[in-house]
Amino acid sequence: MISRRALMQSLAAFGAAPAFAQKSGSKKTLVVVFLRGGVDGLSMVPPIGDPALAPLRPSLKPTRPLPLDATFGLHPAMSALAPLFQAKQLAVVHAVGLPSSPRSHFEAQDILESGSAGRRARDGWLNRAGRALDDAAFSMVAVQNGLPGSMQGDASALAFPSLKDLRIGGGDVSAATFESLYAQAVDQALRTSGHEAFDSVAKVKTEGLAERPPQNGAVWPRSTLGRRLQDLARLIHADVGLHLAATELGGFDTHLAQGSDEGQLAQRLKELSEALAAFAVDLGPKLADVTLLTMTEFGRTARENGTRGTDHGTASASLVLGGGVNGGRVLSDWPGLTKLYEGRDLAVTTDLRSVMSECLDATGLRGKDVFPDFTPARVGLFG
Amino acid sequence: MRRLALLMLTGCATGAPPGATPPVTLHLPPTALTAPEQVTHALHRLAFGPSEADRQRLAAAGLEGWLAAQLEPGVDPAIEARLSGFKTLSLTVADSFREYPRPEQRLKALGVDVKTGEGRAQARQLARENPDALPRQLLIELTQAKLLRAANSQRQLEEVLVDFWFNHFNVSAEKNRVRWMVNAYEREAIRPHVYGRFRALLGATAKHPAMLWYLDNWMSVRDGFTLPRGLRDQDDDAPRAMGLNENYARELLELHTVGVNAGYSQDDVREAARALTGWGLELRRKKDDFAQFEFHRLAHDDGAKQVFGLRLPAGGGQRDGELLLDFLARHPATAKHLAFKLCQRLVSDTPPPALVDRVAAEFLRTDGDLRATYRAIIESPEFWSPEVVATKTRTPFEFVVGAVRAIGTLDEAQRPLATALEQLGQPLYRCAPPTGYREDAAAWVSAGALVSRINFGLKLASGRVPGVEVRLPPKSTSVEAIALGVLGRPASEQTLSIVRRALSSDDELDERRGVEVSKVVGLLLGSPEFQKQ
Repeated sequence: MISRRALMQSLAAFGAAPAFAQKSGSKKTLVVVFLRGGVDGLSMVPPIGDPALAPLRPSLKPTRPLPLDATFGLHPAMSALAPLFQAKQLAVVHAVGLPSSPRSHFEAQDILESGSAGRRARDGWLNRAGRALDDAAFSMVAVQNGLPGSMQGDASALAFPSLKDLRIGGGDVSAATFESLYAQAVDQALRTSGHEAFDSVAKVKTEGLAERPPQNGAVWPRSTLGRRLQDLARLIHADVGLHLAATELGGFDTHLAQGSDEGQLAQRLKELSEALAAFAVDLGPKLADVTLLTMTEFGRTARENGTRGTDHGTASASLVLGGGVNGGRVLSDWPGLTKLYEGRDLAVTTDLRSVMSECLDATGLRGKDVFPDFTPARVGLFG
Repeated sequence: MRRLALLMLTGCATGAPPGATPPVTLHLPPTALTAPEQVTHALHRLAFGPSEADRQRLAAAGLEGWLAAQLEPGVDPAIEARLSGFKTLSLTVADSFREYPRPEQRLKALGVDVKTGEGRAQARQLARENPDALPRQLLIELTQAKLLRAANSQRQLEEVLVDFWFNHFNVSAEKNRVRWMVNAYEREAIRPHVYGRFRALLGATAKHPAMLWYLDNWMSVRDGFTLPRGLRDQDDDAPRAMGLNENYARELLELHTVGVNAGYSQDDVREAARALTGWGLELRRKKDDFAQFEFHRLAHDDGAKQVFGLRLPAGGGQRDGELLLDFLARHPATAKHLAFKLCQRLVSDTPPPALVDRVAAEFLRTDGDLRATYRAIIESPEFWSPEVVATKTRTPFEFVVGAVRAIGTLDEAQRPLATALEQLGQPLYRCAPPTGYREDAAAWVSAGALVSRINFGLKLASGRVPGVEVRLPPKSTSVEAIALGVLGRPASEQTLSIVRRALSSDDELDERRGVEVSKVVGLLLGSPEFQKQ
């Protein structure tokens, strides 16, 4: 079995690298935060100007939203993000999702991460985008257990739960021994992956990546997402060539006792917003080269259910944070809550793939080449 | 070249019920492999890697005797006794729902309003007090049982095959109700049929609640039919059945039988789905278990159908589905598809086309007799070719179990093993897409995964994985001999010299030799050579 990278290397040795090996040369980074479980976009960014909201959500509507514009507000638990919105570094895309997405978590996540609305692709959208990247050890990274579907495929990607875990046990001799063992491996894929592994392990160690202190006065929350985004900020500061990054936060499947200003969902939104805010502060001027996108497999039913929660729906909202973002706006062709999709859900008016594609473009990668059978529409998130 | 003897073995001799199946006759081909190479190769591909216990069994029975017994295994009282302590393994789907409900459901049954703050607090308390009664216990025990069987069962080939066919007919415990069904699915739909006819296996999966739920066929009904209200569970968000759902029919063709390149069309998928309308689950008001197959005549589309060359006249009822499964199980494209997958698992990531053709022909000749199909692979020169030895990369499951078997025994499958599999990307029973986990190396060889494998090997060798009893070679053992034991074959000169260098640079004090042995073993488990089987 020959990996794509191994193939590239052998072709390059003969001076015959094919056209798609053209490297991007970009210095920018895209961070994708997958919010698993189906985020209730109508709570995260409630359409406070839509009179249909209150009757649908008697017990769930946030009572003290932070107004973003005439139509939309921000959940009060997300106040940490308000300054970023005002500084126009944060934009919201609302009524976003995949058209006719299934309402099963695993199918919807599968389809979204593969980036194809019809039949599943065999690889993920970030991996396809990553084919244009340099072979740096940290060019494509997932800070979580195992590679997410979006990063599976031919291009090399590295997954680890935290930078601290990216080390070889047993001391220096053991690390050096493994490096020698893999350098002489007969199997080419093992040899190549081994090289990448020891490269990144060595970098974490020699540059002290896992211990780098917060920058620009950032105070990181002690949450899982906080620790993961902090690791990504460390990699960005260290200029290791990180271009595509992914991480995730779960717990949004709020069928039961979702809560309003406070409660289950509010807790999650607080964790999300505090981690995002600390990320922006920590990066400081470096945020100019970074885009962070949140996405979720689907939104939730417009009407609250019989157990003070919401069930699986269709459209939700995405947050886009970054120095290049033309923020301070909620971008939405608002479908309204009077005419619901299939009589129950907020309808999709912006295809999430258009948002994903635009974020790739902003990172110096060609978004339109990444989604099979789909032509992205302009969303206008940047410039 | 040596000629392996022809062997006859009766069913009685291996403990199988008399007269159940004809005796297995093996005709092993000539091979360039030495006898020890053959043993290691057989244990790598037809078992979860060499273990001391299976080496002894194989030595006692001889290679041919061991292979024949694997094709027609007798009972293994030791593993049965070991698993008898797991309460959930024998539960039916209905019992699983009843005995392992969510705490909220338990309280609801007691009349507690779980929507109030107090009710929620009670649910949390209940979960804290009885962690072993939570639904997750079902998956915990099933995972432990799978690890214990793979590590310890004498019926090694059966475990390999159960793993293979479960993955072929994948369902995921991640999909809500499947969690309560997956245990019964493996026990009822997969395990009893891995040595039987493919048609029986196909039919058992098609009718099992786990598959009906996982691929939505339970809610696939003829156009215009509506499932009565109240017969669905709010938590599951399954929309009410309102028409045809093609999910199962599509995977039946693409994954389970003829394969994606067989030349069927979207119309064939739709027609197959029509034939299977009404193949659903027992639905009773106030009975919340969805625990059994039931054919719903009123939901069935009784018009004529034409699927991929099969004509089904109007009025067939449940027989439409049966005839469709008959047709697909005997289709040459199915034979080819299954032969390829089996050869990919047992022989090579890129199996020789001539071998795939011969195995497919045997499958067709025997009307889908799976035992005969495996035998065709085991008797092929390609299986015993030096070219395929040590060329397949272990999947994370094969790596973890193989490492345990190489250096010790698994007494208890504690949490760290399941965690290791999650970190390596292969959480058991939780592969979300219906494709199952990939078999070829490309899916499993990555930088992050290698770091995890290396660290797992070091941890295991140093005796820090609870539940695993590690038996290291004695202190005076040479690096060469340790490597032979761990890898099951001689290590390359380069590997040996690299490992020796790692030792001499530390120290050579005798009292440290115990540490050194575990270090050598840890280095070998994480080495590129151990990743291959």
